[in-house]
Parts: sequence; C-alpha cells; structure tokens
Amino acid sequence: MKPPIFRYHDPRTIDETVALLAEYGDEGKVLAGGQSLMPLLNLRLAAPVDLIDLNRVAEMTYIRSSLGDAELRLGAMTRHSHAEFSGEIGRRLPLLSKAVRLIGHTAIRNRGTLGGSLAHADPSAELPATMTALDATIVARSASSSREIAIDEMFEMPLVTSLRPDELLVEIRVGPQPSHEGSAILEVARRHGDFALVGVIARVMLASDGSLESVRLVSFGTGPVPVRLERTAQALVGQHLSASILDEAAGVASAEVRPTGDGHGSEPYRRSVTGVLVRRAVTQAVEDAIRRTDQEGNTP
Amino acid sequence: MTSAHDPCFARPISLTVNARERSVVASTRRTLADLLREDLGLTGTHIGCEQGVCGACTVKVDGEIVRSCLVLGVQCDGRSVETIESVALDGELSIEQTAFWEKHGLQCGFCTPGLILTVSDFLDNNGDPTEDEAREAISGNVCRCTGYQFIVDAVLDAAAHRQDARMTSEES
Repeated sequence: MKPPIFRYHDPRTIDETVALLAEYGDEGKVLAGGQSLMPLLNLRLAAPVDLIDLNRVAEMTYIRSSLGDAELRLGAMTRHSHAEFSGEIGRRLPLLSKAVRLIGHTAIRNRGTLGGSLAHADPSAELPATMTALDATIVARSASSSREIAIDEMFEMPLVTSLRPDELLVEIRVGPQPSHEGSAILEVARRHGDFALVGVIARVMLASDGSLESVRLVSFGTGPVPVRLERTAQALVGQHLSASILDEAAGVASAEVRPTGDGHGSEPYRRSVTGVLVRRAVTQAVEDAIRRTDQEGNTP
Repeated sequence: MTSAHDPCFARPISLTVNARERSVVASTRRTLADLLREDLGLTGTHIGCEQGVCGACTVKVDGEIVRSCLVLGVQCDGRSVETIESVALDGELSIEQTAFWEKHGLQCGFCTPGLILTVSDFLDNNGDPTEDEAREAISGNVCRCTGYQFIVDAVLDAAAHRQDARMTSEES
C-alpha cells in the first residue's frame, strides 16, 4: 500500500518548523526518522493533511556535553546510529549506548532518531524507558514558547505524549551517569531487533561493603507507559545480592507490573518474564558496577 | 484537488543513483523504493512488506543502508543512492554475490538484493564475524526459501574471501 496524499513541507530551521506547526499542527504530523511513521502512512493507519519533514533541519542533530557533571544535551534528530557510535555517550551515558544497540537493525538505526522514538511513545520501545531510567528532561518548542517536560510527565498512553499539536521536541537533556554506576538493559523479543515483548533496565550503585546502595529499575512492554519498578527497587536496596534476594525481587516485579496480554505474549507470560529479566538485569548491572569500581581503583 | 505544479505535492529532484545523475519529477508521497522501481526502472530493489520489517527494499543512501520503503523519494534530492544494480561491477559478481551463489544462499532471489547490501555493509564493519554475529546481522531480513543457514554460510564464506583479497592486495 502507498501513503495517502499529504501536503509536504521541508523546513530548514526550527523557527520555520514551529511556524508550520502553528499553522498545520492540528491535522499535521512531523516526520523524523520515519521508522515508525512511514509504516503507519504506508498502511494508511495515519493520514495527516500536512507532513512536516525534519530531515533538512540540520540544527537539530548534535551531541553536546560540557566537562564534569554537566548534563548532556542531545538534539532530537540525532540518529540512533550516531548515538550508538558516539564516544561521548559511551563514556558518560553507557546505558544509552547499550539501549540504542537494541533498537531494530542497522538500517533502522541509520534513520531512526532519539526524538522521534520518544515522541512516538511506543510502550514496547527501548528509548522511552531508557530516558525514564536516566531521568531525562525533554525540551519542546512552539512558535510562542519553549518548555521543559520532566520525563515522568511525557508519556501519557500508548503512542500519546504530552506534546501539544503545535510543539516540536527539540532536545533531550540528561545527566551523565555516575562513573561507579553499573547499568544493564535486557529484553525478550522473538527475533533480535523485533519489538520487545518485555524489557527491563537496571541502574545500581554499590556501597563499600558490596551491598546495593541504590537501585533504579524501569520496565517496558509491561503497560501503557514505561514503569518505574519502585517496590522492586526498595526490596533490593541495602541488600547483598543473593539468589534468594533476586528471587524475592523477581516476585515483587511480576506483581508490580500491569501488562496487557496480546497475541505476542499473554499477561501471565509478560509478568513472569518481567521477573526473570529483573533478576538478570540486576545481576548484570552489579557486575558492571564492580568492573567500573575496580577500574577506578586501579587507575594510577 | 492536487496540482502537479504545487511543490507540496510534486517537485523536480536530482539525485545520484549508482554514480549517475538522475532528474525526476517526484510525487512527494512516492517512497524511494517506488521512485527507484517505477520512475527510474531499477527493479532490482524489491518491495516485500512496506513496513520496514522484511529488509527486501534495502538500499544505500549517502553510504548508509536504509529501508527504501520508509524513505520518501524527495528526501533524496541532492543525495547519492546505491542499489543492487551497482554491485556487480562490469558484470563481475562481487565477493558477496559469489558466496551466495556457491553456498546456495538464494532460491527465488526475492530477498537477495536486500541481503547482499546488508551483508556487504556488515562485512565493511566486521571483517571477521563469528557465526552468531553473522546470524544477528541478517536478522532484519526475511527469507522464505532458504531456511537461513545457507545465507549464514554465505556470509562467513564472503568474510573469508574478503580476508584473502586483503592479504593478496597487501602482498602485491
């Protein structure tokens, strides 16, 4: 099938783009990497009157960071593959580096964008959950205003964000991960690169006695929006990792999520997999934290 | 309702396709896949799903592999596109094409153009893949005929031949 007729616009700057959105935003759609919107157009599940193509807005592609603890600023049109191979992101946001590697396949990552994935808000997607785990801030601009959206205010329902029709997601601001922090992202999918049935993200910091000083867990594919597994994290904080502690955490996680079953995975299956992935992700994140602490310790 | 002269609906574009300058008046809703096949007569690029899932439509834009069913033709104005038709230089099969032939990595051939470009890009970035890495590299391309094992064999065979070619050129 072929896309329905639309009025095509290709602005060159953010100012031009938000002016177009002010006029056409209600029945129009913004086109970023196209890896989510083009399938919808091809299947005619979306029929925007106006299509505003961001691919010539050069000023939306960047990775900016300052020294020290200053946050990184990522332009919304930064391609997944750009983030995947960025040394800056690998060093300061290793979780993001790991997450983008799980997105689709090479050809998809060459076009798909960070901002596009967040604005699309697919509940099975890696990036909305990763940015939730990283406590990112979204910057949105319209012709008349600019605002910051906390990540917890961003995702409302499957495929629905709090962005207004005249707003453009322009930047993602996210603090560097502490250097001693360990992180992991795991997902279960039918083929590598397919949409995740369930995914879990873990960030951990270890106390000097090896116990879990801080734990953050986020799951995806387990409800309409990314889920912060707060009860599960609480069950782990202060504990030393052991098989029984992980079993308990897996149980809490399975009960904490409210997934919807469908043809790809039933509700009990998704609950069960959440528990399994929590166990694995926490274990991997702890191993990562130990490696990073050792490396720090050994640096002359 | 739509005017052929209104740039919102159709516009003239110029792009380099397989090293040749091509100019075409493209409907703005024409995908790159359809532009290549219908407007430029390059039917080696195949359309399988039009959802970006099967990989049959894989081409290169500005040196990077993309799914041409998810790119609009007008987005390639001023850009360089390479399709499967550019691969057999002067009629001589590439290393990947030869490997696919010798290892029976194709039967009907529908998925093959997309796979050749995907595999070539993969081997450009990973010169010595393991079997697992080769299998993962093709996981975005659907094949209904071969059962994939022969394709994996072809990828590893192509990798080995690329290494041989590198060593030979280093010696000479």
